Amino acid sequence: MTRFLKLLFRNRLAGIGAVVMGLILALVILTPVLPLQDPYATDLGARFKGALQDGHILGTDHLGRDQLSRLLWGTQLSLLVGLASAFAAALIGSTIGVIAGYFGGRTDNLIMRAVDMVMAFPYILLALAIVAALGPGLLNALIAVAAVNVPFFARNIRGIVVTLAGREFVDAARLAGMGHTRIILTEIVPNVLPVIVIAMSTTIGWMILETAGLSFLGLGSQPPQADLGSMLGEARAALITHPFTSVVPGVMIFLIVMSINLLGDGVRDALDPRLKSGALSRPLPVTTVGREGPIPAATDDLLAVQDLHTQFHAGSRIFRAVGGVDLAVRPGECLGIIGESGSGKSVTALSITRLVASPPGVITGGAVRFREADMIGASYEELRQIRGDKVAYIFQDPLSTLHPLYRIGDQLAEAIRVHHKVPKDELRKRAITLLKDVRIPNAESRVDNYPHEMSGGMRQRVGIAMALANEPDVIIADEPTTALDVTVQAQILALLNDLRREKGLAIVFITHDFGVVAQLCDRVAVMYAGRIVETGPTQAILDAPAHPYAKRLIACVPELGHGRRELAAIPGLPPAVDDLPPGCAFAPRCDKASASCCEGDVPLIGTPPRAVRCLYPEENV
Amino acid sequence: MGSYILKRLVSALPVLLGITVIVFLIMSLIPGDPATAILGSYATPDNVEKLNRDLGLDKPMVTRYFIWLGNMLTGDFGRSFSLNRPVIDEVLERFHATLILAGTSFVLCAVLGILAGTVSAARQYGAADKAITFVVLIGISIPSFFLGMMMILLFAVDLRWLPVSGMYAIYGGGDLPDLIWHLIMPATALAAVATGVVARLSRAAMLEVLRQDYIRTARAKGVPERRVIMGHALRAAMVSIIPVLGLQAGFVLSGAVYIEIVFQWPGIGRMLVDAILKRDLLLVQGGVVFVAACYVLFNIAVDVAQSLLDPRIKT
Repeated sequence: MTRFLKLLFRNRLAGIGAVVMGLILALVILTPVLPLQDPYATDLGARFKGALQDGHILGTDHLGRDQLSRLLWGTQLSLLVGLASAFAAALIGSTIGVIAGYFGGRTDNLIMRAVDMVMAFPYILLALAIVAALGPGLLNALIAVAAVNVPFFARNIRGIVVTLAGREFVDAARLAGMGHTRIILTEIVPNVLPVIVIAMSTTIGWMILETAGLSFLGLGSQPPQADLGSMLGEARAALITHPFTSVVPGVMIFLIVMSINLLGDGVRDALDPRLKSGALSRPLPVTTVGREGPIPAATDDLLAVQDLHTQFHAGSRIFRAVGGVDLAVRPGECLGIIGESGSGKSVTALSITRLVASPPGVITGGAVRFREADMIGASYEELRQIRGDKVAYIFQDPLSTLHPLYRIGDQLAEAIRVHHKVPKDELRKRAITLLKDVRIPNAESRVDNYPHEMSGGMRQRVGIAMALANEPDVIIADEPTTALDVTVQAQILALLNDLRREKGLAIVFITHDFGVVAQLCDRVAVMYAGRIVETGPTQAILDAPAHPYAKRLIACVPELGHGRRELAAIPGLPPAVDDLPPGCAFAPRCDKASASCCEGDVPLIGTPPRAVRCLYPEENV
Repeated sequence: MGSYILKRLVSALPVLLGITVIVFLIMSLIPGDPATAILGSYATPDNVEKLNRDLGLDKPMVTRYFIWLGNMLTGDFGRSFSLNRPVIDEVLERFHATLILAGTSFVLCAVLGILAGTVSAARQYGAADKAITFVVLIGISIPSFFLGMMMILLFAVDLRWLPVSGMYAIYGGGDLPDLIWHLIMPATALAAVATGVVARLSRAAMLEVLRQDYIRTARAKGVPERRVIMGHALRAAMVSIIPVLGLQAGFVLSGAVYIEIVFQWPGIGRMLVDAILKRDLLLVQGGVVFVAACYVLFNIAVDVAQSLLDPRIKT
């Protein structure tokens, strides 16, 4: 609770709301004992006095009554009526909801149909109809406002009770022979009470406003009794000649509603755990860059990642997702990046065109060079022109990476159109050709499909077709086959391999599967905890891995026809990258580790093309 | 699509019927005797009995309901005793005025709200976001009737930019520019709260969508950021914004009652309040049923719009 209050008050606006509400409540509670004038004492000789005249702090109204006194009594009345209707609506609505949810079946059906029908009215029509039938008056307005809000509670509470009624403890109570009333009172009600309270707190401001509104229309409190709404309604007649009389109650309603809104927002934010982690902030179009240290010099590779550092800043914690990675590919080459989940391989890939979600991501060092130009320091427009045109991505899980509301043909066409001026009918032809290139049957009709109308394998092919749309120089494929079954996976790999040979494009292939690497990649880099631990030609590493981690990773791959071999899982988990120990990150899980492994940085050494980051490698490279 | 609309219309029939039942039940809550209410307390028992018979009030409730329903289906909503004209004529005339006001406000709140929410989300924590959030907070907290009164003071009385009230100028006018001239203030005041609600929701929906993988895909394709926001993200966010627009239409229609009173707009809300104060129950009954039925139909239109936007909805 104290933590909740702390969270609530950390939100400055919610704090203001709480203070304003507290002041108003204190005034209202003190109203009976404050030395106020009689709110009903009329004095036609002292009509429409301004503020601070003749002992009237807020002046007088059209009958010469003291405004301050009327305001405070009116506020009290408005708050009471609002509270009372909120309670009435909550009580009746929740009862209906509990009954419908608990008994289910036809009872539920019947009740909820009726509730739906009441909800089909714009709320004020129903309230007006009820007031029309019962006649104007504060109590009738209260009844009307409560009645209008009953369905809101009934529906919300029913939803929760339905799930509760199916839970084990309710079954247990039933088997124990408890009656329905007792089960509802002892098992159900205590569980829905917090929800009722929250629902009430969100509607109470609304109900105060609604009752004030009915009074404003002359359908609520009747003279001489006045709540805020009827004060405003009466003052309206003299709006133009004496606006101050209208301003006083109007501002009070505004303050009440605003403070309740602010408080409500604060409560909601404090209860929503997603906000605490800052996950609700949207990613910027490019990853933020805050580079320290020198920028590495250009090389003659097609694409080179040089000493790249990417971090995630979450509150005071810093996660070093990528801690100094060097990679390079030449035209027609396929480089594999392999590692467990969380090893930093996807972040490395996304950093290349600065697609890492930011906030929280920040690129803190190194360079990425495409044809020698540094992309980390590039402007948004320079980067945009490279994205999808020169360097394209294929993502994992094509159901979430394709836009659900656009036809795939349009998504393909867009990939081309944002980089090249192509006439519309030509775009469609190109889209169909692309679909044929990735071996999608019936491409002419498939082009008009939405993503949800295709199978996972087909969608992945669309993802590949989209990457190929502008015949890029480099394709970065981030686990493109992970979500697919083995036969489809094999087809996709063969397809990528063909395309690479036909078009001479370079591929950076990210995976956690050594089997896939063996099929496709010329060279491979093994990543662990944000750094490369071993790199070299695929076959050499497969035959004789040098790093203990690489060796264990390869041992994890089952081979067909080689039964009886023991499958060795790697014990333990990869380390959290916000608090990396000095030295080798794999040491805690390594059976060859010694004290020297944890003393200072282990360099990546060897004779090109091979290199390993280990003091006690399995093989000398 | 046609069959989907038809299906939705058919499924609305029980709701429409339910609305008539609810209104009928509420009206039967009336304490005492309607004939006495019409004739006044000095009426002779003979006259009361005669009027009851004329109005069909001596028949059982169920019979009365079906007579009323049958009459409505033939377009006969009864006769307003206070205006001495058919209820349906008055309702149609007044609803026309309300539709102009509420329709304008609805369009305003949808356009401005979505725009403000989108800008707010795209510039999260920036100056524009903070300014919009602040204005929205004021907007959703100020009662529309009070806002309307303050606008009259500022723009009509002090600055003399806009007319104080009414739908047309009393002398001359009556044409479209005159109507727009009179519409500006009430439509803005009515739209304020709904705009705030729509803006908040649009901001939240956009923030949610902008974190999705397909937005990253669009950026990876090199789609310009403006297009990512206004095309990819907004289109996806509309899926959760449209149902709220449907709800807000109900609130705009409700708020119109206050605004019509404040600005002397000859709409159905003002008619209903007058009718309640004069105890002209047939007029109230007819007005409520008519507006509620229109609202149900409007919500079907919202569902159809939603299904057009989102191909994943089975039609």
